[in-house]
Amino acid sequence: MTALAPEHVTMPVLGRLSPHASRAEQVAHIAEAARQIRLQDLKLVHHAGAGHIGGDFSAIDVLATLYGAVLNVDPDHPDDPERDRFILSKGHVAGALYTTLAAFGFLPVEELATFLKPLSKLNGHPNRNYVRGVEANTGPLGHGLPIAVGHALSAKLDVSRRRTYVLTGDGELQEGSNWEAMMAASHHELDSLTVIVDRNRLQQGATTRETNDLDPLDAKAAAFGFAVVEVNGHDHGELLDVLSAVPFRPGKPTFVIAHTHKGHPISYMSNNVAWHHKVPDEAQLEQALAELDRLQAEQKHEEVARATGDERQR
Amino acid sequence: MTTTTAPPVLAERGPIADQPRFDCRNAYVDTLADLARSDHRIVGVVNDSVGSSKLDAFKKAFPDRLINVGIAEQDMVGVAAGLANGGRIPFVSAASCFLTARALEQIKADVSYSDRNVKLCGMSPGVAYGELGPTHQSIEDIAWLRAIDNMTIVVPADPVETAAAMRWAAATEGPAFIRVSRMSVPAIFDESYTFVPGRATTVREGDDVTIISNGTVLWRALAAAEQLEAGGVSARVVSMPTVKPLDVDAVLAAARETRGIVTAEESTTAGGLGGAVAETVVAHHPTRVRILGFDAFQPTGSAGFLLDRAGMSPDGIAEAARSLL
Repeated sequence: MTALAPEHVTMPVLGRLSPHASRAEQVAHIAEAARQIRLQDLKLVHHAGAGHIGGDFSAIDVLATLYGAVLNVDPDHPDDPERDRFILSKGHVAGALYTTLAAFGFLPVEELATFLKPLSKLNGHPNRNYVRGVEANTGPLGHGLPIAVGHALSAKLDVSRRRTYVLTGDGELQEGSNWEAMMAASHHELDSLTVIVDRNRLQQGATTRETNDLDPLDAKAAAFGFAVVEVNGHDHGELLDVLSAVPFRPGKPTFVIAHTHKGHPISYMSNNVAWHHKVPDEAQLEQALAELDRLQAEQKHEEVARATGDERQR
Repeated sequence: MTTTTAPPVLAERGPIADQPRFDCRNAYVDTLADLARSDHRIVGVVNDSVGSSKLDAFKKAFPDRLINVGIAEQDMVGVAAGLANGGRIPFVSAASCFLTARALEQIKADVSYSDRNVKLCGMSPGVAYGELGPTHQSIEDIAWLRAIDNMTIVVPADPVETAAAMRWAAATEGPAFIRVSRMSVPAIFDESYTFVPGRATTVREGDDVTIISNGTVLWRALAAAEQLEAGGVSARVVSMPTVKPLDVDAVLAAARETRGIVTAEESTTAGGLGGAVAETVVAHHPTRVRILGFDAFQPTGSAGFLLDRAGMSPDGIAEAARSLL
């Protein structure tokens, strides 16, 4: 392994889509972003010798969808008070967030080469004072959802249309603070709030079922007053449709259970608990890069074809 | 920082212990409502603590701007951080024991480390809930928060200082913790008082010994100085409302110009104002320091009883001062 260096950072900046882009164009944009983010993030983790690659790869499709086509955020005006807010509650997947922010112009791509290095702005957990586009300094679990509720309350007080999205891990929902916040969210009828759960069913050392079972998660969220939607968390078209369509019930916050696999789509990583924060060696890196290149390109073709077909049918 | 000498209100009023007493929570709610009238960003955030924070009038005046998250302190502080993200200035009002202990990680990560403009108002701190026992007493809050970077800690001594600290907090971007007691205290400052964070006020001149204090104990320190004077001892009384950042100059002046320092506060003896003063003199000008406070979980009793018992009656503080001569 060679230390992370500028030559390992090769990701293109993808820019913003025209507001008039078709759904097929949006899906293609998101799929390409997800492909580039995974390729780059894998190199970061390999060369930095640390990171949370399993959780990163579980969450990247959600991140790419949000930044690629859902969030009303602008890298040229990152502090616009009327921007949508995205809060990454599972702060340990900072590598995926940094790479996503770089892909969409919030973070200089070359800065990714400092990931986890001494005095780098790119700490193992995100810091909003160092990285544009980061909304909260997360890392300890169970913090993002209450912060998101607070922001959604501020939007309601302002009679603003700005929306709040928060991504939590599923294991993270074992923290009681989330359920405190969910009670408050439905009590205050915060329908501009969308909670996305990265439902990969694995936590650091075991499955969520073995550790402290969350099921029936849908019924629990519904009982806490949320409109609950389930999606394939790796399907860009499905994610786009759901995340753009919120709220599903006026007056109710939305709870999106995104079914994912940790380490997706790498054959030796996917759904394998060992890859919570393991670092791929040289051979594993090569294999993963090759698989990614092929699988993500195939997925993009397939998704775009499907989206184009959908549009023709309409 | 320059130490200011003041406050004229104390002159020629007679013994401090005989003065009328005020509940600082009234100044708290009046000031909060006043601030809210002139600044739409101000909101209150509570954990079912409307009554105990005396916020009924605020709730009536600004029903939408008093956000009650229920009995859920972690959520309360996270919500405050999110409100600040949305441009609001939240004043979180909750019993200090629950606010600081239950939500300590949210205070650290969501407020201080995230540098959010959140004002944490620890109501009824120290031994204000004396009879309710150590679960409700909050003698540890200052020590806990002193250890966290990017947090200004203010312990006002009377209604004027409470209001002044709140106005400063509302006008100044960044995290702050303000302790607001339910224990009645005599007025020490008059309306000419200006609160400057990190600045002490010499409320009584003296050159034999110094008593540094704040909050509900400051008037007791003044009463102790009155006693000492009657016995021929000239005690300086330094009001130190800001525990963090500390007025280092005022502490070092006391260390150089008097024969010893007594600290007296409604806090643990470990890590409070006394700890901050001791750390300062040890590093820059070693001198004798007697730290008065609470060194253990406290038994049941009124706040006054517990303060007296811990050596912070005027007699007790005077005796500690004499021990340094």
